Amino acid sequence: MSEPLPIDSLIKSLGAQAAPVRRLLSPGRRTVGWTMAVLTIAAYLLWRHGMGNMMQRWEIAPLVCCADVSAFFTCIAAGWAAFALSVPGRSNAWVWLPLPTLLVWMAASGWGCLRALIAPNAEAVGFPQSADCLVFIVALSVPLSVLLVLLVRRAYPLRPVQAAIMIGLASASASAALLGIFHPIDSAASDLAMHAIAVLIVIGVNAAMGGRLLQPR
Amino acid sequence: MPGLTTAGTMGLYIDFPRRASPSSHVSDDIHSSQEQASQRRSAWMAAAQDGDRQAYEKVLADSVGLIRSVARRQGVAIDSLDDVVQETLLTVHRVRHTYDPSRSYDAWLAAIAARRAIDHLRSHGRHGAREVSDEFALDMHPDVGDATTQTERAQEAARLRQAVSELPPGQREAVEQLSLKEQSLAEAAEETGRNTGALKVNLHRALKTLRQRLHGDS
Repeated sequence: MSEPLPIDSLIKSLGAQAAPVRRLLSPGRRTVGWTMAVLTIAAYLLWRHGMGNMMQRWEIAPLVCCADVSAFFTCIAAGWAAFALSVPGRSNAWVWLPLPTLLVWMAASGWGCLRALIAPNAEAVGFPQSADCLVFIVALSVPLSVLLVLLVRRAYPLRPVQAAIMIGLASASASAALLGIFHPIDSAASDLAMHAIAVLIVIGVNAAMGGRLLQPR
Repeated sequence: MPGLTTAGTMGLYIDFPRRASPSSHVSDDIHSSQEQASQRRSAWMAAAQDGDRQAYEKVLADSVGLIRSVARRQGVAIDSLDDVVQETLLTVHRVRHTYDPSRSYDAWLAAIAARRAIDHLRSHGRHGAREVSDEFALDMHPDVGDATTQTERAQEAARLRQAVSELPPGQREAVEQLSLKEQSLAEAAEETGRNTGALKVNLHRALKTLRQRLHGDS
């Protein structure tokens, strides 16, 4: 069998295939596209359910507003991190970009959970409705994750598992933020716990499957 | 007293007065020429993305040294450097659309080269784990012509034929024309209607695929 081709010969043959290529958009511009996709779904949900329910929730419990807004910013930051991590030569430090908003989101949700436990007069949400929240977050995260995997695969992720975790976080936080548009007025501890479980499921599945889907070719 | 100056993206740095010395001039010159070379490669790659063949060949040729040094730093043996260089150049060709001309070409290339070097070391490690090192093995090895050896060779040939038949059409064609029929590139190009560059790349990819299938590399 033939020996591998000499490098000079390989360079010549690659040079012969030097067709113009469409440059990948910068991570920032791709993040704008991702944000627009999430905002489009938000616009549809607002058209369908109105803003009244969401505004009432935010008025009664400002921390819920804080949790929803920080979930939205986590989805933007995690998407940006996924796009940046998928370009060779970019810093690994991008993985920390969603951390501040994630911490605010977790703190606000955790405090809401505690509040629900110590204030039993809050309107309780039963287990079936909690399960609905889980189904919504997981179900909406699937197409959002697929969209992000397709976008990230257009680049060349050298750290596929980290990129996949960022994709999971971005899609789960987007789903949780969108859920806030039509979520019941107040939340029971079990309901908030169910949100957290849903987010962890989405991130875990993405890390397990996305890592393989994003492996460098 | 040291002057405090704002610069770069990291904010403040202290600008100590430096005493001019011959060695510092040499160091500055080297740094400056490296910087120029890096900028030249960035410009070539940007032109290559627009389809400039000459610029593309120049940037690939200029990248070989950098790929070798990255591979050496990762611990690739000297006799395997060319394998890593070839794999990296093929990857650069496939993902050249991901390079952003406003950023460092060298950093982009080094990341790809490091990945390819690690992949090479992993596959090499798996090979090494399967191979048995025994200095008396040659003396104790059975004769070439015995029945077991012949059977093994027949099985290997069958596996190779099977692997070749499972290659994508373009790669199978390149192997059949260039390796099995031992035709020249020009003859093969004439017979298949493909250009010689495409045949070479298809052959390289076919050999890589066959190595993976027959030896379990990835």
